Amino acid sequence: MQSYRQKHLRELEAESIHIMREVVAEFKNPVMLYSVGKDSSVMVRLAQKAFYPGSFPFPLMHIDTGYKFPEMYEFRDSFVEKLGARLIVERNEKWIEKKAHPSLLGNDRCCQYLKTQGLIEALNKHSFDAAFGGARREEEKSRAKERVFSVRDEFGQWDPKKQRPELWNLYNATIHEGESVRVFPISNWTEVDIWEYIKEEEIPVVPLYFAKERKVVNRQGILIPLYSYEQVDPSGKQPVEDKDIETVMCRFRSLGCIPCTGAVKSQAQTIDSLIEEVVEAKKSERENRLIDLTSDSSMEQKKREGYF
Amino acid sequence: MSNLSEKSLLRFTTTGSVDDGKSTLIGRLLYETNCIFEDQYAAIEKTSQKRGNEETDLALLLDGLSAEREQGITIDVAYRYFATEKRKFIIADTPGHEQYTRNMVTGASTADLAIILIDARNGVLTQSKRHGFLVSLLQIPHLVVAVNKMDLVDYAQDAYEEIVQTYTQFSEKLDIHDITFIPVSALKGDNIVSRSNHMPWYNGHTLLHILEHVHVSADKNLIDFRFPVQYVIRPHLDFRGFAGQIASGTVRIGEEVAVLPSGKMSQVKSIETFDGELTEAFAGQSIALTLSDEVDVSRGDMIVRTNNLPQVGNHFEAMLCWMDEREMSRSGYYLIKHTTQLIKAFITRVVYKIDVNTLHRDKAGTFALNEIGRVEIKTARPLLFDTYKQNHTTGSFILIDPETNHTVAAGMIRGVQRTVNDVAQKSGAEARKSPNVSWEKQSLTCSKWEQRNGHKAAVLWFTGLSGSGKSTIARKVMEKLFDQGCQVALLDGDNIRHGLCGDLGFSGKDRSENIRRVGEVAKLFYEQGNLVICTFISPFQKDRQFVKSLLPNDRFIEIYVKCDLSVCVRRDTKGLYKKAQDGQIPEFTGISSPYEEPQKSDITVETDIMSVDQSLESIISFLSEHNLLS
Repeated sequence: MQSYRQKHLRELEAESIHIMREVVAEFKNPVMLYSVGKDSSVMVRLAQKAFYPGSFPFPLMHIDTGYKFPEMYEFRDSFVEKLGARLIVERNEKWIEKKAHPSLLGNDRCCQYLKTQGLIEALNKHSFDAAFGGARREEEKSRAKERVFSVRDEFGQWDPKKQRPELWNLYNATIHEGESVRVFPISNWTEVDIWEYIKEEEIPVVPLYFAKERKVVNRQGILIPLYSYEQVDPSGKQPVEDKDIETVMCRFRSLGCIPCTGAVKSQAQTIDSLIEEVVEAKKSERENRLIDLTSDSSMEQKKREGYF
Repeated sequence: MSNLSEKSLLRFTTTGSVDDGKSTLIGRLLYETNCIFEDQYAAIEKTSQKRGNEETDLALLLDGLSAEREQGITIDVAYRYFATEKRKFIIADTPGHEQYTRNMVTGASTADLAIILIDARNGVLTQSKRHGFLVSLLQIPHLVVAVNKMDLVDYAQDAYEEIVQTYTQFSEKLDIHDITFIPVSALKGDNIVSRSNHMPWYNGHTLLHILEHVHVSADKNLIDFRFPVQYVIRPHLDFRGFAGQIASGTVRIGEEVAVLPSGKMSQVKSIETFDGELTEAFAGQSIALTLSDEVDVSRGDMIVRTNNLPQVGNHFEAMLCWMDEREMSRSGYYLIKHTTQLIKAFITRVVYKIDVNTLHRDKAGTFALNEIGRVEIKTARPLLFDTYKQNHTTGSFILIDPETNHTVAAGMIRGVQRTVNDVAQKSGAEARKSPNVSWEKQSLTCSKWEQRNGHKAAVLWFTGLSGSGKSTIARKVMEKLFDQGCQVALLDGDNIRHGLCGDLGFSGKDRSENIRRVGEVAKLFYEQGNLVICTFISPFQKDRQFVKSLLPNDRFIEIYVKCDLSVCVRRDTKGLYKKAQDGQIPEFTGISSPYEEPQKSDITVETDIMSVDQSLESIISFLSEHNLLS
């Protein structure tokens, strides 16, 4: 007999598609923020599905800090080309020129200038009134309370006390002039869901996610690939000595800027072993992200200021 | 490793008061299902030690915002995720204090199941009752009452039983159909994931077992096809796809559909998805439909089956939960978002306000934050809706303040308030609806009956002239089905007129009323899993159509027992034709009153040329071929 119950990935998929269609129907000028990571890859596939057989009616936008891994830029360009989508790349040139770097500014301020400010300026420049982001509630505890539609004032700021209640599948898309909405269509997906879906749908992702032998520098348990070490420590305060260099099987569990993203030890060379590893994982997904570790409420603080 | 993608999804909500141990319970579930990470655990361990706690406070995992950490409470709805071999779970963790009723309502709106925590030491408090009321109001299908902190009452059965008894008694007043009680200690882990050694007197399941096994498929409305159009996909001139998520029911290629509000009819040409075309789609799926005809369809329209329609109207009653700091304004308008429509609406009347603690109905002129009650709403354009009880998606809405753009209220449609005048002027099914009567939802749904019976429920409607052989064949069919172990019921024209319809004559109006009553009775039997055999002359097409409209498309089987009038007259089994011809019976079908032949009956048996057994066989084989008997 025909079963009328969807498996959980299909149910999550249907919910995400519903959200994307609502946004396109109710906003004037939406954009999808594309960060090159696995969550972005999944979001793009969902967008393809939502508007099939048409193509999705909004551009992708990458807020580039200039500090991404070379593999990421390479992947981005070929992925977007195959997709035939329009990609906007925006950079906060003012601070990139000033050589903004965590070792000079501290993690929080560097993020504030290159990512948060870069994003807000880009949204204003193109007059986008809605921006899809790939954040998930499971990732971090202040995200557990984030809405699917998150209203930001004209400075991109988030006020957790002024969040609108969200009920059933009814999303309130009304905003004032100058305000914008961040929309999180994959709010309810977990890291495992993302990988299961990538496997089932055969979605391409940056190869950095998979384990291979990499030469790394071990700094307080965080594995920094040797080839990018210069970018992690441009001042040369902690020069690399031969004894610091190890060759380990490792992969990147989440991808960000080189100075703030470490690798983790891993044997996962295939998607199946990767999923198994994530299911068995004893550490949370953002363990290797230095930006989240600066204080107990650091993510909440960044979000208030307009970060994703 | 098990195949993760084969899991089902359960959304549940947890609520309890500040000290009932709700966060500890969730922390325990996450911890014991290995969904807490080492770095997270290390962080809370450190905090617990700093605060001088003996045991690691699992509740700390859940305090998201710094304001909450400072006050040690949950303010907002937080969503948590965990998975076991069988299911993926989404928890809407909501605070229990009265001040946060709106958050509870938010969390409850998408839940398949609710867990209410009660502190075993305190017994059933006012707030536990309030939580039960909200479960009932939001129509969450399953309720689990976890009697927590059993360790602090020495795991005493008496304390537990008293709470069970008090709460059961209270819940009888509510609209809750599935309620389970469990004695637990979230702190110590009793009966959460594994059975407790401390309570040998408890024979039930653990909390996790219930979460993994609760049967939720039957909660879905798979009967009434409702497809609110979200967006029109037009990649080129030759393709118009109507995109949306099916709110309820199922749809197949080739089915007759109507587009509302225009009422234009067409057939489903294709069901499009990125992964290929489907032949059938069902509630919850996001799809795009194309239609055979060029019909004008846009966002806000609803595609439905031609014989199963939602209500259409711009004035209705609803239960409303006020969610904004600014109290309800009776002078200005609000925006109502309902399915994919966004239009202006006025609150024309506040019928009453409910005291959520005592369930008392009080008079009120307006609602303030967290207040709940019944109102009448008028919209600028008609909405296409069902009652919330029948359909959560087409029966729910939010109100938006056009000045602040805040979501100020959540509403659940109760139905249309009608005056005697409204009813008197109309005819047909709509007019019959008694005001202020709400439908008592069956806890045993039709599909549950069907599963147990091993066959489908349906109405077999025998129509034909008097003496055509309806009753004879129907009785044979009934016996045959009975022998096969089917659950059958018979409604026979003559028997019905002895009792239920004894007050009716044979005028056109009375005949219609007769069939209407029979149709409603047949529907009730249908809903309890029966194959309902109805034998009625039912001479008018519109009356048969009415009965058909009460049922899902493929569950009304019209059987035309065809026999030439002259043969019927010659048979005259009851001597009625003679009387009619003598003028003793006025308005006798075939003699002095017309019989409208069915245009498209599902089965036609011609009793003037077929034997009874041949007729029987053709009916049974039709039922088998259409999978009604399996």
